[in-house]
Amino acid sequence: MSDAPNHLIVAPILTPLFAGAAMLLIDEKRRAAKATLGVVSILVQLAVATALLFAADAATGGFGGVYRLGDWPAPFAIPLVLDRLSALMLALTAALALACYVYALAGASRAGAYFHSLFQFLLMGLNGAFLTGDLFNLFVFFELLLAASYGLALHGSGPARVKASLHYIAVNLAASLLFLIGVALIYSVTGALNMAEIAFRAPSLSAADRALFEAGAGVLALAFLTKAGMWPLSFWLAPTYGAAVAPAAAMFAIMTKVGVYAVLRLSTLLFGAGAGASSGYGMEAIFLGGVATMLFAGFAALNAANLARLAGACVLLSAGALIAAVGFGRVGVTSGALFYLVGSTLGAAALFLLAGVLGRGEASPDDPAPAPVADGDEDEDEDAGFREDEQVGRVFPASMGLLGFAFLACVTLLAGLPPLSTFFAKIAMLKAALAPAGAAATDVGVEGWIYLAATLATGLFALIALTRVGMRAFWIGERASPMASPLELAPLMALLGLAAALTIWAGPALRYTGDAALALHAPRHYIERSLEPALDRVRRAEQGGGS
Amino acid sequence: MELVLALAIGALVASGVWLLLRPRSFQVIVGLALLGYAVNLFIVAMGRVGPAPPVLPGPGVGDPAAHADPTTQALVLTAIVIGFATTALFLVVLLAARGVSGTDHVDGEEPGATPPAAPAEGERR
Repeated sequence: MSDAPNHLIVAPILTPLFAGAAMLLIDEKRRAAKATLGVVSILVQLAVATALLFAADAATGGFGGVYRLGDWPAPFAIPLVLDRLSALMLALTAALALACYVYALAGASRAGAYFHSLFQFLLMGLNGAFLTGDLFNLFVFFELLLAASYGLALHGSGPARVKASLHYIAVNLAASLLFLIGVALIYSVTGALNMAEIAFRAPSLSAADRALFEAGAGVLALAFLTKAGMWPLSFWLAPTYGAAVAPAAAMFAIMTKVGVYAVLRLSTLLFGAGAGASSGYGMEAIFLGGVATMLFAGFAALNAANLARLAGACVLLSAGALIAAVGFGRVGVTSGALFYLVGSTLGAAALFLLAGVLGRGEASPDDPAPAPVADGDEDEDEDAGFREDEQVGRVFPASMGLLGFAFLACVTLLAGLPPLSTFFAKIAMLKAALAPAGAAATDVGVEGWIYLAATLATGLFALIALTRVGMRAFWIGERASPMASPLELAPLMALLGLAAALTIWAGPALRYTGDAALALHAPRHYIERSLEPALDRVRRAEQGGGS
Repeated sequence: MELVLALAIGALVASGVWLLLRPRSFQVIVGLALLGYAVNLFIVAMGRVGPAPPVLPGPGVGDPAAHADPTTQALVLTAIVIGFATTALFLVVLLAARGVSGTDHVDGEEPGATPPAAPAEGERR
């Protein structure tokens, strides 16, 4: 590796930090200035993420490089580590952010204060969580993104949001404490916080320490899985996401994936094939939890009264499928799961945006009186804010047709039907789950069949629920066609267009996720490159001692 | 020393969890604060308990075995700051919920009561 660090790696964290901070200095009324800054910041992030994606893919072993903050030597610095997985997550975050942010500019961003800054800080937390190679730093970025998400969940205020946010914050604060306990336990036995260093030391732990190490990892996984929405830790999710303003909820679609990402990263790093006695620790629990989540989400979808709740159930469904796939601990399944992650995130986000357009003007049963709360304040407020039941934009001629088409695309994405990308992702996952690589190719194993059954059943449930809600939204009732500004329709179409593009280029995409999965399940290269100079010193000392 | 610390952490966690499960939002926030203290003590304890100072005395390399681990102390400082900030944020939401719903029940309504038709008077934010 060359001596000059690749400064591009730190850009996805610094860009939203500076943009968000600068926005705080701009008066709340100068919306155009804030919006311009926000769009530019996200475009920069998108460009950087794309560059990093190609850089990581081109690098040997898919390892894009380490950025040691403060340029301290290897085990001491807090590292940012770029590999195919983190680059993929960065690119997905940036693309999603652009769509959600542009959509919010049509009106939702004016429902309350500080939307623009909070959005940037959320991006900073997300990008940081995907890049960091340090366990405690991961905690810090988690807290950052959660703090921003509290603000975004509350954006627009109203009783339903305040109530849902109260639960959401309480659950997440408790989960953060579990996170800290897990980190402290792991540190106490390994003496390291650098993930690569922990993975390096884990195989040589003594039996007594190993028990503590595994307990720490278990507690840590509990914290991640709460955020990922694993049943039975997921009851906070649907109300919060259903109550949040549409673009914020759409952005939250990737937040459960942060939990999945953390579980995937740490389980492959710490409990992969090379982890000695701890290899495969906790995988059954993760698998069963994922399947339970899928079933729970399937029934929740059938039971969902409105589109926003249904979208929340779909987020849970994809989280469950991903968690279960991580529990397999198999390269092929992980590869399909990563592809599924991208497609289902895009689909769920699009559905949230769609629910925002369709739900406008329709009195939601969960939210009996949103208007009286806002009324008193808003009339006096000279900067009369955006009211959510207010009609935005003009009647867009083909809006109903376009929205219907978008809904159809969302349904195929979320239920995993052909022709869109999640169908191929599911095929790839199931194929790998049912055909274990190795000698005993005839022995499929009960896990594979359970996963097949759960996938097919929940796909059917999601399809039924989506069709029913879709019919209610589009065919039944005498509602005038909902008005949508082009500023709202364009991001929606862009998200679905991206999903369609992923379908067309499914070959290269699956090749990429396959390589990413391969590197994840053989983390030797990752560990060695992360610790490079220090490891050389250790080796030299060992050789010196041996000879 | 270890016993006292362990008992203190245990007592804090027990009371914190109990309060966290109570229905009033003030009890929940106090419970979270107590749990936070317990976790902070736990992190310090994970750096091994002892009378040794966490810093090396002067220039040159001292004997690391004679010193406490400074990393856990740095971690606990960060955890305290973050915990403080999130608790303050939760407090604001708690006050907003009290203002919007007119009750301090965590569900925004008294058990058994019909939800209030109109939000109570008082601060809205």
